[in-house]
Amino acid sequence: MPRQEIELPYRIDYLSILDEQGKVDQDLEPDVDKDFLLKLHRGMLLGRRFDERLLQLQRQGRMGTFAPITGQEAAQIGAVAALEDSDWLVPSFREMAAEIWRGKTMENVILLYAGYNEGGAIPDGLNNLPIAIPVGTQTLHAAGIAYAMKYRQEKHVAMVFFGDGATSEGDFHEALNFAGVFQVPVVFVCQNNHWAISIPRSKQTRSKTLAQKALAYGVPGIQVDGNDVLAVYSAAREAVERARSGDGPSMIECVTYRMSVHTTADDPKRYRREEDVEGWVAKDPITRFEKYLKSRKIFTDKKIEAIEAEIKQEIKEAVERSEKKMEELGDPLLMFDHVFAELPPYLREQHEELRKELRQDST
Amino acid sequence: MQQLGMGQAVNQALREEMTRDERVFIAGEGVGVSIHDNPMLPTADLLKDFGVARVKDTPVSEAAIAGLAVGAAVSGLRPVVEIMFNPFFTLASDMIVNHAAKLRYLSGGKSTFPLVVRIKTGAGFGAGCQHAHNLEAWVAHCPGLKVVMPSTPADAKGLLKAAIRDDNPVVFIEDMMLYFVPEPVPAEEYLTPIGKAEVKRQGRDVTVVTWSKMLGVALKAAAGLAQEGIEAEVVDLRTLVPLDRETIISSVRKTGRLVVLHEATRTGGFSGEVCALVTEEAFSSLKAPFRRVTGPDIPVPVSPPLERFYIPDEEQLIAAVKEIV
Ligand SMILES: Cc1ncc(C[n+]2csc(CCOP(=O)(O)OP(=O)(O)O)c2C)c(N)n1
Ligand SMILES: [Mg+2]
Repeated sequence: MPRQEIELPYRIDYLSILDEQGKVDQDLEPDVDKDFLLKLHRGMLLGRRFDERLLQLQRQGRMGTFAPITGQEAAQIGAVAALEDSDWLVPSFREMAAEIWRGKTMENVILLYAGYNEGGAIPDGLNNLPIAIPVGTQTLHAAGIAYAMKYRQEKHVAMVFFGDGATSEGDFHEALNFAGVFQVPVVFVCQNNHWAISIPRSKQTRSKTLAQKALAYGVPGIQVDGNDVLAVYSAAREAVERARSGDGPSMIECVTYRMSVHTTADDPKRYRREEDVEGWVAKDPITRFEKYLKSRKIFTDKKIEAIEAEIKQEIKEAVERSEKKMEELGDPLLMFDHVFAELPPYLREQHEELRKELRQDST
Repeated sequence: MQQLGMGQAVNQALREEMTRDERVFIAGEGVGVSIHDNPMLPTADLLKDFGVARVKDTPVSEAAIAGLAVGAAVSGLRPVVEIMFNPFFTLASDMIVNHAAKLRYLSGGKSTFPLVVRIKTGAGFGAGCQHAHNLEAWVAHCPGLKVVMPSTPADAKGLLKAAIRDDNPVVFIEDMMLYFVPEPVPAEEYLTPIGKAEVKRQGRDVTVVTWSKMLGVALKAAAGLAQEGIEAEVVDLRTLVPLDRETIISSVRKTGRLVVLHEATRTGGFSGEVCALVTEEAFSSLKAPFRRVTGPDIPVPVSPPLERFYIPDEEQLIAAVKEIV
């Protein structure tokens, strides 16, 4: 036979467990306890409410620009929920809900978006990286972290987030290839939110799925309903287990939607229609999960109200703390901190120059 | 005369050249469908007026964008591609530094690279060090690349048109803060020669060499100094490569003093090149050691109070001038 189809080791599945009405596929329903389900819900709701608050703060000029997450809560929380604290989170710039799940404080989120690198500090005892602005670049260091895990014979996993747009960068492909060749414990989580600023997913790649890109590197890939937290969690758990047990990397494509602006500098009406966005309202990850929780009697409207009130209070306190902190951080001399482990003499001189200038200004 | 910001001036240059020459096209991330409805931005409405074949939105792939320019240029087109923010130049740099800059040399002059890479740069947006990083000295260090960094909208228009008509790869760096500062720009066709500095203010006491956004700082400082009887001559380089050595040297010969001002960090900054040149060629004219006023050697901070003190200002320049006058 001169010409025949080559069988590939993997194919691309699509996984969905909760439908838009919150009806669950019982065969696929993950076996987790109620508290865990409530935690997932709280993580998503906090992400949503905090996102809304951040947008207000930005509009009021109390904070700089940032990349909102609304609509992508399930993709983020479902994925990081499969990690242990000792695992590594490698975010891009749109993973606020995941970062908070991983122990970042809300006040630090505000500080960072207000421009204070102090807000990017990695929480003690946690293996989170700061956000990465250059698109897709963080996939490479995730592969490097995973390489180190294997080298040190530690059973930790690196989980890296990136967008649909990032799959067009060479870095993403090189990271997948390294991870595949070296069989290191990394989980590539693509949040396909359909947009890379003003460029739609359809103009980013001709591939039918993004998940299939993993196949070219001998890495298993799966596409999941990214607005279904149970599907994302199940796929992530499988991938994390695979990585932890030494069976190498995986890629998960979460199909979701960027309900909000790209960043606060952006006006999406320029390039997408309201109707396109409305179609995704019905797929909202949080309402869908709430319906499911109610149907399982884990949850009542009353309970939701109580959680909402709690979250509101937490956010309020975080905003207050962050604004206090900002007053402490306004000293321009702080810009010399953290460039190197120690301040080398030539920088000490520049530090001194600025100090003199500031003194003159104040007299 | 029409009042345009630098973005509008760039826009006008692109329009004129695209109209004049079918081979000119633009490509980049969001150069067509932009997220901003803002006529001050450089590629505003070009898609509407020139169509998708000549205004190409690309996937998020800087290496491929630069590679597209190299490939298109070698086969006879005149691409103008955009790198959204200066730090992302690093992702495109292999194509620009190792290919665009060297293939003419390697091909015995057979390959030509009439391409322009437009890079948006500058601190002042509170966007942090992964969005703001002035890398002109890196680029200037690579043989085979011309490096243009205009300071006024009028220069930007003439220089970009000259860059598009140039048969060499030109890296054209625009400070985004200048997009929003309207200044007079001639409406008619004109070219501003690449490789020519311009004395933007005459003076006898000290030469201030600068470029890009820092020209505004230099002129303000010069006005302040004039009130105290110090007349600064302000030389706007406009082009870093090829460097207009004559204008710098003849100004220093006249004033006997030199201060170089740029926003980029100091160590390895292009001020070092200017100072070395003056030391080599006009040492005997110097009445005092030169001074450099630059950003400190740290990544650009984000928060408004820190960023403000990162960017060199008039006071620093005035202080530096007074040290040597
Ligand atoms: C290397 C690089 N190029 C361009 C940009 C500008 N930029 C910021 S976000 C973005 C789109 C990214 O799209 P995607 O990967 O889908 O992530 P999303 O923003 O949708 O979360 C671009 C092009 C950047 N930050 N880094
Ligand atoms: Mg996206």
